[in-house]
Order: sequence, then structure tokens, then C-alpha cells
Amino acid sequence: MSAPRPATPQPSATAFFYRNIRWLRFVDRFGRKGQAAVEYLGGLAQLVGDAAMGSVSRPFYRYELLRQLDEIGVKSVSITGITAFTTGMVLALQTAYSLAAFGGKLFIGRVVSLSLVRELGPILTALMVGGRVGSGITAELGSMTVTEQVDALRSMAISPVRRLVVPRVLATVLMMPVLTSLADVLGILGGLFIAVVELRMTAQDYLSSIWQQLQISDIMSGLGKTFFFGLEIAAIGCYNGLNVQGGAASVGTATTRTVVIASICVLVSDFFLTKLFLAF
Amino acid sequence: MSETRPPRRPERGETIVEFEHVWKRYEKREILAGVDLKIRHGEVLCILGPSGSGKSVTLRHINGLTKPDSGDVRVFGQSVVALDEEQLTPIRRRLAMLFQGGALFDSMNVERNIAFPLEEHTTKSTSEIAEAVAEKLKMVGLPGIQRKMPAELSGGMRKRVALARSIALEPEIILYDEPTTGLDPLSSEKIAQLIVDLNVRLQTTSVVVTHDIVTARTVADRLAFLYQGQFQFIGTFDQAARGGHPVLQDYFRSMGFPCGTGTIAAVTGGS
Repeated sequence: MSAPRPATPQPSATAFFYRNIRWLRFVDRFGRKGQAAVEYLGGLAQLVGDAAMGSVSRPFYRYELLRQLDEIGVKSVSITGITAFTTGMVLALQTAYSLAAFGGKLFIGRVVSLSLVRELGPILTALMVGGRVGSGITAELGSMTVTEQVDALRSMAISPVRRLVVPRVLATVLMMPVLTSLADVLGILGGLFIAVVELRMTAQDYLSSIWQQLQISDIMSGLGKTFFFGLEIAAIGCYNGLNVQGGAASVGTATTRTVVIASICVLVSDFFLTKLFLAF
Repeated sequence: MSETRPPRRPERGETIVEFEHVWKRYEKREILAGVDLKIRHGEVLCILGPSGSGKSVTLRHINGLTKPDSGDVRVFGQSVVALDEEQLTPIRRRLAMLFQGGALFDSMNVERNIAFPLEEHTTKSTSEIAEAVAEKLKMVGLPGIQRKMPAELSGGMRKRVALARSIALEPEIILYDEPTTGLDPLSSEKIAQLIVDLNVRLQTTSVVVTHDIVTARTVADRLAFLYQGQFQFIGTFDQAARGGHPVLQDYFRSMGFPCGTGTIAAVTGGS
């Protein structure tokens, strides 16, 4: 008699696991990233909520707010101004080049002002402030976290959110429209400079075309977005700084992360905010 | 008006901090595995243990900087485990903590650092605060350095200024996290002496985390040896020297302290 045939092995969970291990690893990694992203957004939202509560209830840190207005606002004037002025110049040159064939020199003022006031002024200011201020906030709060200064505040029964986050968020939200207004004006002046010196236009032609074109709604749409940009930049900067773990190297990583995340958030939210403001 | 009534001052020897089966895990490592501990009012308790054994984590549970995964921590008879940051305020105002690196605020000079808790929690005038700052600096042996920035101070001076800031509000419990780590023997001795002096003068309770046996000998009324997630020994320095935990005995020997080889003399099981 021949030996009985061995039974066909049934597919088990273990066999399934090993056969699909590459896919399972991918799903696992994807899941972890997704979970981390959700946790990050949740933490950020909670910080914004706490900061909102902290900004309408005592204690208020007026001196700290003034210090941050200076640090975040006044000290960002030069970088914002230079960026806006040169952008205005470039816009004027490019517009003159593009419209030369149609004899559209007279439209330069309109194009420059509209582009700057509605879009480029807010977005460039936000990116510049995001780079300078967002990274600065993360570096400062991050080093305070790793040297236990934040824990020292907590141990003294002082809320780090009220003391550190609220003044920075308020200062950024308040200074963003101011800086953007300045950027708009300087950008238009940059365009004027090129129009007069390079394109041989009169200042009156340039300015009157702006005057005819520009509406209050254009200015409000541009400035309205900057409050949100300010909130995003400061909240991301503070959150990343307060959540630094480890040593000095982690502070560097967190600072880079702030610039990247803040820039992406500003650019993505710009699209939705533009859509929103266009609806009104 | 019961909320404004000052809290009852505990009697000397009364238990004011109590750990009950406290568990804490970081990532995959069990740091505290069912810790029990009672700290009495007026004593200096030294928590000893190897690096990474969870001494600082234990300390941070007392003022709620760290929350346990399970178990309870009671301070002045009140559980701090379920309290949020706002609710912890009244308890934290009765505690002070000296951090390992001092944790002085870099952007403020010495005077502003020490004045900071006073400005936050008292209604004292500017001149009264300046007086209090001068007095605290004198107590830690550093008079007249109000205008210096933290970056201008040596490690020992930073710790003493941080100590002056800690005692500014005259706390009932002072938590010291590695107060002598990184200091030369003379500075360590000075800090240790200060801890003893302040404990007597301000009638505080002190919890000192250290791995320095010399400091422990100077300051401790009782030692608590944390090893493998639990307090393996709680007792006086002499009891420890006579025959505490084998690892604790190794500590003693490595520092040149004579110690017995008999059975464990005083494992008190968390009291």
C-alpha cells in the first residue's frame, strides 16, 4: 500500500502575512504618517484654541506683546520692503515687455498694482515673514523647551501659552496687514521707478492708471488674507518650538520644518482664501 | 470666600506627597513600575539611582509636569493626576523646582529672573520686589549680581541664582533635579549646604534627585534608591551604609564609603 498523500497546505494568516509583507509594510508606514499628520493638526488646532482663550482672558502680557510687535513687525520691514520694491520693478519690466507689441505701456500701472495688491503683496510678505518670523519663533521656543525654560514656567504656575504663544500669535496677526500694506505701497513705487526711469512714462500716467483701476475691494481682499497667513505662521512656529524633543539638533530640524510647513500652508490656504474673497 | 483662604500648613512629619502604584512608560521602556513613596513634611528626601532610572521623572510627577500612565500622586492630600494646567496652579504655587541646568530665562537679567514669579503671583510693589530679590540673592551667597545676564554666570552661580528664583515665593516643597551635577566639588558642597540651610530657615520639605553620594550624605534625612522602576530601599544614610540594596552598596563602595555586607537592613516597602 502506498503512503497517504499529504494534505494540501491551507493558506494561513501567517502565510498571507509573509506573502504580502511588502504591501503590509507600505500600508503600515502610510498609516503611521497619516496618524502623525492627524495628531499634528489636532495639536495645532488645540494650541490655536488655547491661544484664542488666552488672548481674551487675564493675565495679559502687554510688555511682551509690544516686544513681539517690534521683533516680528518692525524688524521685518526691511526684508518685506526690499522684496516688494524689487518685485514691483520686475513686474513693471515684464509687463512692458509682454504688452509692448500691443502698445500697452499705459496698462503697466494697472497690472503692477492689481497683481501686487490682490496677490503678490500678501503672498510674498507671508513667505518672507514665514521664513524670518516663523523660524525665529521655533528656534527661540525650541531652545527654551530643550533648556527646560518652558517647564520652569509651568512649574511656576505660569502658562507658556499665555506668556509665550499669545503675544507671538497676536503680534504676527496684527503686523501682517501692516507689513503687507507697506509691501503694496513699496511695490507700486518700484513699478513707478521703472516706469519713469526705464520706460520713459510720466509718473502721472502711471499713478492715474492705478487710481482708475484699483478698487477698495481689491485692497480688502489682499489684506483680509494676511490675518489668516499671520495666524498660520505664528501657530506653526510656536507649536513646532514647544514640541521639540531632544537637543540642539532637534531645534534645527524643527526650524526647517516650520519654514516648509508654514510656506505650504500659506500657499494652499491662499487658493482657498482667494476663492472665498472672490465670492464676496 | 473659602477660595481665598490660605491653604492649611501641614504639621511636621505629616505625609504631604504620596505616590501610589505609579507606572510610567516611555516608548517601549518601563521607567516607573508601580512606585510607592511617601514624603513627610520638613524632611530632605534624596532620590538616588543610576542614570536613566527615572529619578527626574519621579520628581516631575510631584508638580504635574509629567503625568503617570496609571497610579496616583497626591500632593497636600490632593490628587494631581487628573488636574489640568489651570487646576494645578494653586498646588504649583506652593512648590518650586530647581532644574538641572538652572533653566534661567536667557532674555532676562538675574534680577528680572528672580522677580518674575513675584511679579506674576504677588501684588508687591517694585521696591518691595527689588528688596526681596536682594534678600534671596544674599541667602544664596551672591549679593549684588542683579544686573548680570545668565550667560555671564558660571554653572554653579547659575544654579544658585535659579535656587534664589525657586525660593522667591517661599515654597513649602522644593524639588531639586540634580542640583550638583556638572559642578566642581567645592561648588557642589556649597549647593548641598544651601539645601540644608534653606530647609531649616524656610521650614520647607526638599526632594533632591541626585546620583552623587557625597551630596546625599550632606543633605539627606532619608534616602530612596530607585532601581529597575521601583524604590528598592528607603531609609536613612546610615541604614543604607549598613546594608541597603546590593547596587546601592556598590555605589557607596565606588565613592569610598565603607558599608556593610549583611542582609538588606531597611527595605521599608514605600513608607
